[in-house]
Amino acid sequence: MNTSSTFPSGEIQRIKGCCISLPGNDIDTDRIIPARFLKCVNFEALGEQVFADDRKELNGFHPFDIPINKGAKILIVNDNFGCGSSREHAPQALMRWGIRGIIGQSFAEIFYGNCLALGIPCATIERRESDELVESVRNKPLTEWDFDLNKLEVSNNNISFKLSIDKGSLGMLINGSWDATSQLISQGEKIDKTIAKLPYLNDFF
Amino acid sequence: MSKNTLYDKVWDLHQVGQLPGGSTQLFIGLHLIHEVTSPQAFAALKEKDLSVRCPERTIATVDHIVPTNNQQRPFADPLAEEMLRTLEMNCSKNGIKFHGIGTGQQGIVHVIAPELGLTQPGMTIACGDSHTSTHGAFGAIAFGIGTSQVRDVLASQSLSINKLKVRRIWVEGELAKGVYAKDLILHIIRTLGVKGGVGYAYEFGGPAIKLLSMEERMTICNMAIEGGARCGYINPDQVTYEYLKGRSHAPTNDAWNKAIKWWKSLCSDEKSIFDDQVNFNATEIAPTVTWGITPAQAIGIDESVPESSSLPKNEKAITEEAYSYMGLKAGQEISGLAIDVCFIGSCTNGRISDLQTAAEIVKGKRVAKGIKAFVVPGSEQVAKAAIHDGLDVIFKQAGFEWREPGCSMCLAMNPDRLEGRQISASSSNRNFKGRQGSASGRTLLMSPAMVAAAAIQGKVTDVRTFFKTNSDQSSKTL
Repeated sequence: MNTSSTFPSGEIQRIKGCCISLPGNDIDTDRIIPARFLKCVNFEALGEQVFADDRKELNGFHPFDIPINKGAKILIVNDNFGCGSSREHAPQALMRWGIRGIIGQSFAEIFYGNCLALGIPCATIERRESDELVESVRNKPLTEWDFDLNKLEVSNNNISFKLSIDKGSLGMLINGSWDATSQLISQGEKIDKTIAKLPYLNDFF
Repeated sequence: MSKNTLYDKVWDLHQVGQLPGGSTQLFIGLHLIHEVTSPQAFAALKEKDLSVRCPERTIATVDHIVPTNNQQRPFADPLAEEMLRTLEMNCSKNGIKFHGIGTGQQGIVHVIAPELGLTQPGMTIACGDSHTSTHGAFGAIAFGIGTSQVRDVLASQSLSINKLKVRRIWVEGELAKGVYAKDLILHIIRTLGVKGGVGYAYEFGGPAIKLLSMEERMTICNMAIEGGARCGYINPDQVTYEYLKGRSHAPTNDAWNKAIKWWKSLCSDEKSIFDDQVNFNATEIAPTVTWGITPAQAIGIDESVPESSSLPKNEKAITEEAYSYMGLKAGQEISGLAIDVCFIGSCTNGRISDLQTAAEIVKGKRVAKGIKAFVVPGSEQVAKAAIHDGLDVIFKQAGFEWREPGCSMCLAMNPDRLEGRQISASSSNRNFKGRQGSASGRTLLMSPAMVAAAAIQGKVTDVRTFFKTNSDQSSKTL
């Protein structure tokens, strides 16, 4: 398990590590972290609870339990990953398990934004390329991959796959501005100007 | 790219500026918080030594974890008690208005904000809850956010976000008797899929939408997110204004007239350009029920569980996963499927009109033997109105339990949950695996009237037969 000191910070330009593949479309946030684990006032314990019910059902055979996947940093998923609830507990749980980047065919909107706010890039990949990537990971699970945001590809010594990330998110990750709080606060004057022009905050003028 | 839609106009007005990464800094007019997704946000503020920028623009309530049978403090569940205490402390320290239990104004966050008149057209509204899309029913841009964004909104009353495309969902015709807003939105999700709306805001319009009440419109927008659209909205009209007039936070006198003028100016019109449009006809829609593990796995009450071969190839795996999880077979009729639990409530269908509709079905009848049926009003105000109209008595006489307001078994963060492989007929919004508190529990989503009908028959039933029976009887007496 990673400690908080290794959580993403600053510029996110590349993630080097093993891949873990989790097949299935429409994997929702209730599955990533069941609601009963949301009864907490901090995120600390979530890493151990990630996919709790799915893991129990598969009794040791869930990708997150298979020993060879331990330490993997790049998660490979299919379509519409992270749909459902807005709970940031879902990417928090993945991050605390050790995931630092996700590659999939598509992501649910809120989940994608939550990952970005934690400095976890979600890159999309074409279906056919994804199948090849998964196959390659399955054959050699201990291969180290380089998830390179500048080149927009994930590669090892033998093979590489094209990725895409929307321009806005990519810029924020690469230049380290994904942790938006300080930038947002620094615009105090502009915020005041916005308030001043909103009819409902000024008794409709 | 969309132009001149309500979404574009409201977005433009709330833009603070562009951030270095390329995203927009968007001002948030109304921020709603609750006990589940806010504690870590307050902790992060404290860690960074930041304060809440506009405490008067944030409103709090407690909903997800509240028990619905005994709300005596401290709660029996110490974790739930700790979450509520943390919220109370954070609100009081930061000067945030908190609508707590027993104030007459507590309830599910997406039920109370409209009730109090906090939700208004033309606002941007954010909350750490995906069903924030509900507030779009008023012509607001409303969307769910994660805890880091809750922190950002607390600290700056704004957040970093990218603009969505706008899809117009145009609905002709009129819903038939016994077919409700819930059926319409399940039908739309079934047609466009659970990820059909990713990257889009859905603008719902057309004759069928115009005919809906505000509460029905909230049901539609509430479930936009289940179709992948983070934000769904409906242009405000007379129905909207009539709902808002006189509510405690609604503008009054001169401000009211100015407000209406402004609200009207925001609506999409003939000059609006949408990224795309999808058309539906409400007249053709039957009561709709989910059979699987995503809200798009839904069928009309007269239909059978689909064959995976009849569906697109990429749905094969999840369809088969759904057969196995639900214990259903392709070709099996959904009507007549035995159920164990009936839940009426949630931010989708826990409002007074939902309870009235369900009460009409159960009045004078009895819940089938062995069925656990319960009603959880969406808020203290809903409960009060229902009791005033005697709905609680109708439900109790029929064998339903009448509970206190909260999110309850929609997501089962409180003691209300399924056990083992129980099947519930539920008026809520998600039928995900394990959603209702049991890792193997099964959920069938449907309208509150359909839940009521299922409770009486002990099985999935076409609620329209209830109306037919009544008219047959009345024709006999004639």
